[in-house]
Amino acid sequence: MTASPQLSGLLDTDAIRKDFPILDRLVHEEHKLVYLDNAATSQKPTQVLDALSGYYERHNANVHRGVHVLAEEATALYEGARDKVAAFINAPSRDEVIFTKNASESLNLVANMLGWADEPYRVERDTEIVITEMEHHSNIVPWQLLSQRTGAKLKWFGLTDDGRLDLTGTEQLITEKTKVVSLTLVSNIMGTFNPIESIVRRAQEVGALVVIDASQAAPHMALDVQALQADFVAFTGHKMCGPTGIGVLWGRQELLNDLPPFLGGGEMIETVTMNSSTYAPAPHKFEAGTPPIAQAVGLGAAVDYLTAIGMDRIQEHEHALTEYAVGRLQDIPGLRIIGPPTAEDRGATISFTLGDIHPHDVGQVLDEQGVAVRVGHHCARPVCLRYGIPATTRASFYLYSTPAEVDALADGLEHVRNFFA
Amino acid sequence: MKLDSMYQEVILDHYKHPHGRGLRDGDAEVHHVNPTCGDEITLRVRYEGDTIRDVSYEGQGCSISQASASVLNDLLVGKELSEARKIQESFLELMQSRGRLEPDDTMEDLLEDAVAFAGVSKYPARVKCALLSWMAWKDATAQAFGEAEAATQALGDPPTKETTP
Ligand SMILES: Cc1ncc(COP(=O)(O)O)c(C=O)c1O
Repeated sequence: MTASPQLSGLLDTDAIRKDFPILDRLVHEEHKLVYLDNAATSQKPTQVLDALSGYYERHNANVHRGVHVLAEEATALYEGARDKVAAFINAPSRDEVIFTKNASESLNLVANMLGWADEPYRVERDTEIVITEMEHHSNIVPWQLLSQRTGAKLKWFGLTDDGRLDLTGTEQLITEKTKVVSLTLVSNIMGTFNPIESIVRRAQEVGALVVIDASQAAPHMALDVQALQADFVAFTGHKMCGPTGIGVLWGRQELLNDLPPFLGGGEMIETVTMNSSTYAPAPHKFEAGTPPIAQAVGLGAAVDYLTAIGMDRIQEHEHALTEYAVGRLQDIPGLRIIGPPTAEDRGATISFTLGDIHPHDVGQVLDEQGVAVRVGHHCARPVCLRYGIPATTRASFYLYSTPAEVDALADGLEHVRNFFA
Repeated sequence: MKLDSMYQEVILDHYKHPHGRGLRDGDAEVHHVNPTCGDEITLRVRYEGDTIRDVSYEGQGCSISQASASVLNDLLVGKELSEARKIQESFLELMQSRGRLEPDDTMEDLLEDAVAFAGVSKYPARVKCALLSWMAWKDATAQAFGEAEAATQALGDPPTKETTP
């Protein structure tokens, strides 16, 4: 094994890794953990863990429903987290930030709002929904359900051979009948950055709403919902150093005012009689019941943590690593990258196949050497079908990943090849 | 190394040189998938009375699932159904043992090469791979044996397509 190269643009990972105690863990007794499953979920820095335990140790109470000290502190912390998230995504208003339990819930929430909506937003028979072939199942199934329930037609953008959206025929795909276009900003399986401007423009032309799944973007790059010009943006806390159980749906104020609630309960009402109720304004209208309070506070701490490092710096770091990783992987005989073959316009999530060794076997032998990757279809089975493969091995990097970990992966894969030779 | 307990030589041999692979005539055909990893198998059974004349299969998947199908073919073809059921149940017990079951002589005689999978039972994520073809065989056999059995199953508890140990 040779010493890892000095790449330009890298973060000070020695310092950053001190914030993530789990990265020092040994696995299978003797191997240093090489955690390359960040697209599934990221590790959490002590700052976030401290925010969670600090909240429970000193401030725990239910929110928005008490006059005592703890209730006020808990409310201030929960709403403070909303402010932080709003600033993080450059939302025009904090009231446009809805807390959910994860990105899946955010996307299901939008689909259900549109199913129950009045004109002009209502998705119904003779209208169309447009998605893409590279969506996570969380951005496919809610739309299939909506389509099945309403009779609306579900259409999608296909993919090119090198893992990008095939934008030919955008005009035929997004038409006057289209009510909503929902697509991912960054592919969770291939890492592809999608050029959404032309799609947004076309959607605006025909008056369709645009929903962006930013689950794989929010952790890795500056996210500006105003620049995106979307109507809804969904993402999930646990992939961006936050805890599980907290997600975000940002929506344009005017839409949130007009669209109907989905879940009913405490917190989301204004007044209730036995006959009917009126609803609180957004965001509370969409947050029925006791919310994930500690988790929101944890996400606020994660946003602070990422912001202090700088999202642009994080993106630069990951780009440098991707360039290095793509190069090293392509030197491995029999390795085929599924997705963009260069570091251009793609993130640090790299899927590949290795000869005809099944990804399950690849993952198992890597794990034995301490290298944690994900294997399977990554909740994006249509992508595997598109490229005629049963599954892939996916390595995904983050702000604490190092060139030495890229080397560990590449060396590990050599070992896999020998093992199954 | 611990891995060797999973990837026994026998298993790797079956994986590299599968026995009885390919689809041939059968009385019933099933298609099973393992939804978490995308392993798939299409499996056919052919019976002559109660005797298993052939188990043919085609599929894609990891070494464990492929080797397991190969071992199944070796073990079950030529057996009487009752004997085959005993083997299947014993294999299931072994795979669900979480590595705690030390196969005794009776089990070794019954399972032959399949005892090599004992190590796999320590890896919960891989148990499903090892069981894929066995669950498919069980399902195909149920279908091959008469409308009556299949019909009652369809009314009550339909056989699931997903293999859960
Ligand atoms: C692109 C994308 N969308 C949606 C999701 C769903 O996130 P969650 O499981 O937190 O709801 C994920 C991650 O699993 C993802 O990568």
